[in-house]
Amino acid sequence: MWVWFHKLGSPPYFYRLSGRLMPWLGWSCALLLIAGLIGGLILSPPDYQQGDSVRIIYIHVPSAWMSMFIYMVMAVAAAIGLIWRIKISDVMITASAPIGASFTFIALVTGSLWGKPMWGTWWVWDARLTSELILLFLYFGYMALHTAIEDPRIAAKAGAILVLVGAVNIPIIHYSVEWWSTLHQGATVAKFDKPSIHLSMLIPLLLMAGAFKLFYVVNVLKRARCELLVRERRSAWVRELVS
Amino acid sequence: MNRITVSEACRAVIKRDLLLAFRHRSEIANPMLFFIIVTSIFPLAMRPDPELLRTIAPGVIWVAALLAGILSQERLFRSDYEDGSLEQLVLSPHPLSLLVLSKIVAHWLVTGLPLIVLAPLIGILFQLPAQDMPVLIITLVLGTPLLSLVGAIGTALIVGLSRGGVLLSLLVLPLYVPVLIFATGAVAAASVGLPVAGQLYILGALLVLSLTLAPLATAAALRISLS
Repeated sequence: MWVWFHKLGSPPYFYRLSGRLMPWLGWSCALLLIAGLIGGLILSPPDYQQGDSVRIIYIHVPSAWMSMFIYMVMAVAAAIGLIWRIKISDVMITASAPIGASFTFIALVTGSLWGKPMWGTWWVWDARLTSELILLFLYFGYMALHTAIEDPRIAAKAGAILVLVGAVNIPIIHYSVEWWSTLHQGATVAKFDKPSIHLSMLIPLLLMAGAFKLFYVVNVLKRARCELLVRERRSAWVRELVS
Repeated sequence: MNRITVSEACRAVIKRDLLLAFRHRSEIANPMLFFIIVTSIFPLAMRPDPELLRTIAPGVIWVAALLAGILSQERLFRSDYEDGSLEQLVLSPHPLSLLVLSKIVAHWLVTGLPLIVLAPLIGILFQLPAQDMPVLIITLVLGTPLLSLVGAIGTALIVGLSRGGVLLSLLVLPLYVPVLIFATGAVAAASVGLPVAGQLYILGALLVLSLTLAPLATAAALRISLS
């Protein structure tokens, strides 16, 4: 286990392994995405109250999940990077941040598109919308800090601390906003008893969630590989690769 | 060679920072002036209707306190970074987190405490009824140290950058949201006669949490910025 962990931290090994995994991940992402879209847009029934507008959740909900998941990944990578000083984790955080910010943005936009017909307004200061917005600000803060510091090593470490501070704060922000005001419908999938969403909608939703997750993995690996080549451009293995 | 203990070192840091601050009185006065000016702009921008002013008073006072805090925050490590004494602080044998905490305490005494003293005055300008005043002051007493502690992490991260002012607000303002919500929530609840103990307890808990974690994070961030 530890040997594998350390091997994964070595840039050339990571580069080769991710290169080999990439086509598999990419194709399974495409398959899941197609299946999820067909299931969500064609096969699943319209909601009895919301009509066809409900179909936006197949984009909205997985994006919202991803926005939080990616921040968690960044926080774990930040902790790993600060504790074991593994170069790959810095690269992973840097590569994840723009993707996470994009998913957060998509979640906000689709949510507001859904909110217009459903709640009659583009935006309400509801708990989940607000905490999603603040999450977006946290992503922007990280990206701003990372671009402001010129030395990439210092930028990576400083960013890692910021991500960890943000991760400690996220639950606090979430609950403070929750008590402040909420209008949003409660969780409908992750209930411990029976989910209150019908199976015909749940399956495409989960397919889409899987597709989005793979989409993130493929993209983050791609970005990380590029970043890695830039950072290691003076090392022997990159020269060998290029020549 | 006589060694000094940790508590002596912390006291020395506080004393030095307070002395430096009192030698530059304008730097103490400026955040206070900013606080007064920003809050008094709001009634000009809206109708000076007493009912409206009373409703927005806690929010305005708190947002102005946040901004004044961020503006003064940059001073926390800046001059020490420029003259090299920050590096000496990092090199000292005493735990950096405690030394940093002393610096934050000194900074709060100079910038946070005056805001608390001024707040009732602003409250009067905003027609805030006298019975809400104690709650406002308690939230500021619990909240402004929190702002200093959390802000110190951000300040430490960007201390090496030449122009960090706007960046600091980008990093730190999202983290201030819970303080803002509970503090203004408490004042708003008090004004309609609801109990406020819950919000105040949470503010207290957040203060304790940041007292324990923020100095550690700030020390780590300083080490990185100076490396």
